[in-house]
Amino acid sequence: MLSIQHLRKSYKDTRLVLDDVNFDVQKGEMVGLIGPSGAGKSTLIRCINRLIEPTSGSITLESIELTHLSSSRLREQRRRIGMIFQEYALVERLSVMENVLSGTLGYVPFWRSFFRKFPQEKIKKAFGYLGRVGLMDHVNKRADELSGGQKQRVGIARALAQEPSLLLIDEPTASLDPKTSRQIMRLIKEICKEQQLPAIINIHDVLLAQTFVDRIIGLNEGKIVFDGNPSELNEAVLTTIYGKEEWQTAPQEKEAPIATLTPESITVKLELAV
Amino acid sequence: MMRTWHRPHYIIPQAKWRWLLWVCFILYLIVATASIDLHWSRVLEGFERGWRFVDAFLHPNFTTRWSDIQSGMIESLTMSLTSTFVGILLSIPVGIGAASNISTKSIYALCRFFISISRSMQEVIVAIFLVALFGFGTFAGFLTLTFATIGFLAKLLAEEIEGIHKAPLEAIRATGASWLQTLHYAIMPQVMPRLVGLWLYRLDINFRESAVIGIVGAGGIGATLNTAIERYEYDSAAAVLLLIIAIVFLCEYVSGYLRKWFI
Repeated sequence: MLSIQHLRKSYKDTRLVLDDVNFDVQKGEMVGLIGPSGAGKSTLIRCINRLIEPTSGSITLESIELTHLSSSRLREQRRRIGMIFQEYALVERLSVMENVLSGTLGYVPFWRSFFRKFPQEKIKKAFGYLGRVGLMDHVNKRADELSGGQKQRVGIARALAQEPSLLLIDEPTASLDPKTSRQIMRLIKEICKEQQLPAIINIHDVLLAQTFVDRIIGLNEGKIVFDGNPSELNEAVLTTIYGKEEWQTAPQEKEAPIATLTPESITVKLELAV
Repeated sequence: MMRTWHRPHYIIPQAKWRWLLWVCFILYLIVATASIDLHWSRVLEGFERGWRFVDAFLHPNFTTRWSDIQSGMIESLTMSLTSTFVGILLSIPVGIGAASNISTKSIYALCRFFISISRSMQEVIVAIFLVALFGFGTFAGFLTLTFATIGFLAKLLAEEIEGIHKAPLEAIRATGASWLQTLHYAIMPQVMPRLVGLWLYRLDINFRESAVIGIVGAGGIGATLNTAIERYEYDSAAAVLLLIIAIVFLCEYVSGYLRKWFI
């Protein structure tokens, strides 16, 4: 389905952000990408649809090589790759429907999008996606009137409107509360299963990743340091991915005197408590 | 123990240099003031003329020169409206080209160069040049104001585009949208509210400028005003100025009203 071979990315200062990354993703497989901040997770998923240009290596989606496409061919491939973002990345002043339909821009000529004369078939599908994510009552609201969870649902509907063969998802829950985070992750999982969509999800929250994804890839300083089943994640693996930390500081210890808590351990507790 | 804290002086750490600087500054002020050549008798004379001007303001005369005022006003309004409209149309491509986040390097340099030229030349100077080129009248005025408008609006549009939220831009690019579609969906909604305000602001700048460049022969209400002052008809001049103020106020009001629709 998607195959990434020897992917490297370096910026001018020769520091390697991605260092020989290799993995394949199968149809319907949800891959969670975890790793410390700055490990290259965001860069990796942006290299796939070339929002960031990879330095070398190959990325093939359904046997089409993405790394050397001309800009018009690249647009044709980009429209098949849906993307969901951390801060929703909606156009706040446009309505919910306009945001969803913006997912079809790669299929629609400029004059149609300019006069908002989208093809009837796209509009029908857009209503379908809005129904699927539960936003039928908000179709003509402006995107900035919605709550965080609702905005992310619009983001999901927009990605679906691209009729994608692959989903790239960048920290989908980073600005959401724990309950909404779980709902959003569940929705993404269900949709991926329904449509047999492969997805790559950058995620900070290890517990959330373990609950919802099929496979976990751990990235540290641009290298893959773990690739396996979520159940294989243990203390040793987390230490290779993130560095040394008391991973077992579990919620049952929460009576511990506050003075002994370091900021790091609080963060870990919060993450585990989710 | 009481611990005290003072904000450190980062620029000049030593107190004596700071004091010296102050002393120099005050000395300079005294010397500079002393060098002003002031004739009190001349000022008194001027007071009288100034008073006549103020007095005329209290009795503005709209009637005596009404036909001149009217034709001047119409010329100025036409000049400022047409030049603002054409200026807006031309400033859009230049502004987009001058926004570093969506333009290519060579186009960026070209557009920035044009903006710098347009902005470095004061309207009056451009007007004098264009009056020499095209003769007295509103056409020279129209061209002057259009030229100035392009530079002004293109610069502000470029800065507005450079300051947009990056995330929606990235998201729209990721859908496979073309460059024009990206511009229309990711950038336009973000810049429009402020842009409409700036367009209307430029309209009232152009109206006021049209009064100034009229004095150097570019037609409009400025010519009428100039004639009135030269003839010492301060009451007619006052009428012109009051009309200008009224129109600028009106622009301000309409601008506020229109912007509400776009926010």
